[in-house]
Amino acid sequence: MRLLTHNMLSSNIKGVTNGFPLLIEAVKVVEKEVDFNEDFLKNMFVKVEWKALVEASRTLGYTELPESAEASMLDSDEFLRKFHHALLELHLEDGALVCPETGRKFPVSKGIPNMLLHEDEV
Amino acid sequence: MKLKQLESLLGSLQQFDNPKIELEQYPTGPHIASRLLYTAENSFGDVTDKVVADFGCGCGTLGLAAALLGAEHVIGFDIDAESIEIAYSNADELELDMDFVQCDIRNLGLSDRNIDTVVMNPPFGTRKKGADMEFLSVALKVASQAVYSLHKTTTRDHIKRTALRDYNARSAEVVCELRFDVPQLYKFHKKKEVDVAVDLWRFVPKTDRSKDS
Repeated sequence: MRLLTHNMLSSNIKGVTNGFPLLIEAVKVVEKEVDFNEDFLKNMFVKVEWKALVEASRTLGYTELPESAEASMLDSDEFLRKFHHALLELHLEDGALVCPETGRKFPVSKGIPNMLLHEDEV
Repeated sequence: MKLKQLESLLGSLQQFDNPKIELEQYPTGPHIASRLLYTAENSFGDVTDKVVADFGCGCGTLGLAAALLGAEHVIGFDIDAESIEIAYSNADELELDMDFVQCDIRNLGLSDRNIDTVVMNPPFGTRKKGADMEFLSVALKVASQAVYSLHKTTTRDHIKRTALRDYNARSAEVVCELRFDVPQLYKFHKKKEVDVAVDLWRFVPKTDRSKDS
């Protein structure tokens, strides 16, 4: 599961007011190279929750992303490559996504999170 | 990639071993899948370099077709772990990257920021009434550019009315009418094969920010 996907998911457990971002428990992380697409990255930059991406990438062991970022940084090839790497090349294979309010764990296995809610969580 | 080549690759995918009738699991044939994605990209530019979500992905046919046509990031969502297993293996076979999320699409916390296009062949609502509309409602909430979906032709007026009035659609057009081959998958099917008239819809949500919609 890429961090781009993680950036879209939140806990929707009944009663939770802010289930984003999900915390990550990383047991196995894999890196898979993928072609660099500058236009795509520039497009995504405005849509991504930056802090959540930084936090998540650090949990996966990648510490190169700056704490905060602005559009002007998109002119830097170096920045773009780090953004690319964090967003698309880091994969959470095994572990869990954790609801930030309740601590409830959504297991991740083979890169696939199980976000099914129990009956009492709906 | 040529249409024929796409269709051929999709035809090589593994399909449901033990389809679950209560989930209305039917494979999306390579003929329909290839045309759906080909049209989405060539007529509307909704696939290449985009973030594409496949709702009710089953064995992954539509999502993988999107990946084959150059979608930058594809995510398949399905409630059934067994289907996702098959989809995962299909992606692996074709050496394509596709994320999967196991969930109930009706209660998944999913943002509306990042997904450009939703492609889906949702349950028609023959087992669980209204399932088709539930899928459509969620799709129109999260897509920012377009939603492609297959629905029975008999529901055409209802779908158009509901999408425009209740689901935040700016436009709802039938791109073409197809015949969906339903092979004798389940025991209660009496005939060897049955043709169901199906509409391929393109919906544009009101939050659409693309230049031509």
